[in-house]
Amino acid sequence: MADRPPRPERTGVLLALPTWLTLGVFFLLPLAILFVISFGQRATYGGLKPIVDLGLYLRSGKFLANYARSLHPIYLQIFWRSIWMAVVTTLVCLVVSFPVAYYIAVAAPARRRNLLLGLVVVPFWTSFLIRTYAWMFILRTEGLVNRFLVGSGLTHGPLELLYNNFAVLIGLIYGELPFMILPLYASLEKLDLSLLEASADLGAARSSTFWRITVPMTMPGIVAGVILVFVPSLGQFIVSDLLGGAKTILAGNLIQNQFAVARNKPFGAAVAFELTAAVLLLLFAYALYTKRKGQDVLL
Amino acid sequence: MRGRGRFLSVYAWLVYVFLYAPIAILVLFSFNRARQTAVWEGWTLEWYRSLAGNDLILASVKNSLIVGLASTAIATVIGTLVALALGRHALRGEGFTRSLLYLPVIIPEIVLGAALVTFYGVLSFHLSLWTVVIAHVVFCVSYVAIVVRARLSGFDRSLEEAALDLGARPLQTFWRVTLPLITPGIVAGALLSFTISIDDYVITSFVAGVGATTLPLQIYSMLKVGVTPEVNAVSSLLLALTVVLIVIAQRLQQAPVERGEMS
Repeated sequence: MADRPPRPERTGVLLALPTWLTLGVFFLLPLAILFVISFGQRATYGGLKPIVDLGLYLRSGKFLANYARSLHPIYLQIFWRSIWMAVVTTLVCLVVSFPVAYYIAVAAPARRRNLLLGLVVVPFWTSFLIRTYAWMFILRTEGLVNRFLVGSGLTHGPLELLYNNFAVLIGLIYGELPFMILPLYASLEKLDLSLLEASADLGAARSSTFWRITVPMTMPGIVAGVILVFVPSLGQFIVSDLLGGAKTILAGNLIQNQFAVARNKPFGAAVAFELTAAVLLLLFAYALYTKRKGQDVLL
Repeated sequence: MRGRGRFLSVYAWLVYVFLYAPIAILVLFSFNRARQTAVWEGWTLEWYRSLAGNDLILASVKNSLIVGLASTAIATVIGTLVALALGRHALRGEGFTRSLLYLPVIIPEIVLGAALVTFYGVLSFHLSLWTVVIAHVVFCVSYVAIVVRARLSGFDRSLEEAALDLGARPLQTFWRVTLPLITPGIVAGALLSFTISIDDYVITSFVAGVGATTLPLQIYSMLKVGVTPEVNAVSSLLLALTVVLIVIAQRLQQAPVERGEMS
């Protein structure tokens, strides 16, 4: 039809347009609305209280009420728990994963490498819900662990293994482990082994080779893994809801509760944005880091 | 050195056992005759049979399939297009587009769910199966775009340039050179997108209307009531399905770019 070929730039825009529209309308706009609502107030029966005089509302400082409320010790305690659990999860995953990734990338026989990697990829993609449920099944009062404990006479009666911090941590570590192994593997695979040999030849002890060569060389993978585990742990909802009890509420549960049970959307929105801000800050730091290292990010 | 290598391999296999044992136990007990306890009382297919007669589960499977297929179809088309824009065309706002594709993957699911349900509320959208489809498209586009984009950068442009030099028109080059080469990536992206869609609980729980219960929502409500062998059976089936899809997707992503594929 048109004799002239379309200008390349126009083709690019046309190809990107459906995504811009979809994500603009159904992603950015909803986030913007949620942000605005976080400054609002809840009406008596849920919903939003209409604002009569916007100027007065802003001047009175009421628009910050939800954010102020989130600083109440009850909620601070929830945020604190979310943070330390995410930190513990990340550290445990890092320590547990590093030797596994090293084994797959360096030590394992080459013919097994694909299989070993595939075995990590499968849980990476499979349902978090079902993998969490598996632990509920194992740890519950009538579960396998308790049957073993009671059956072997180690304890007199079944222990309450579910609905506490321990169960939530197990679920988090179990769920996030593949997200640490994969980026570590990607970095270790690129590790130049001759550097390690050179270091050993020059008389460095194994531990100093590890700390001064292996770790710095694989730092991009370590940082990526830390981000990939820490960020989802911070916003976790399923694990704490299923394996945790009333005392193990995390930020994710608090948000969900405000929307589904308490019907206080403005407060839920404010907490959601605090969580988002924390996540974006971390990612911003990560982007700066990768830029400094001159690496390409995923896309 | 050998001793250390042995230690490392034993350790790695122990971690694999940790990763797989809980799933294996769950699947094993879906065949256990005992209803209440963790005592093994012999094999049975009873729980799978009772699934087939459970209307709630069947309805949720149907919903999940509708949502998974619809959202995957939409996400695959627009995700592939945007990957082409990023990989093969000069694009104004390239950085913005990349960030836009990252965000839905990175932002906590709970935030996305809350934002969408608020948005639907403001627009007085009636929550239904279609509000779920839209939500799933939002997070599936990114996965398709990332996988297809990786495939595009996996082969050099000289193949396409050769076609153009030999007189093929741009569209012809696309259909006969580029598309066949990136098809494994597109299929892999679609499979992953379908997997994420049928597995999603958090976002769906916010935006699903009455009668739009998907399989994960159904499983969740069942296990909130209590652990039953039926939950094990339906979970095992969902696991089996996703594992098959993932393995295929994985193979496709690793498929080499060869001449043989182009025919």
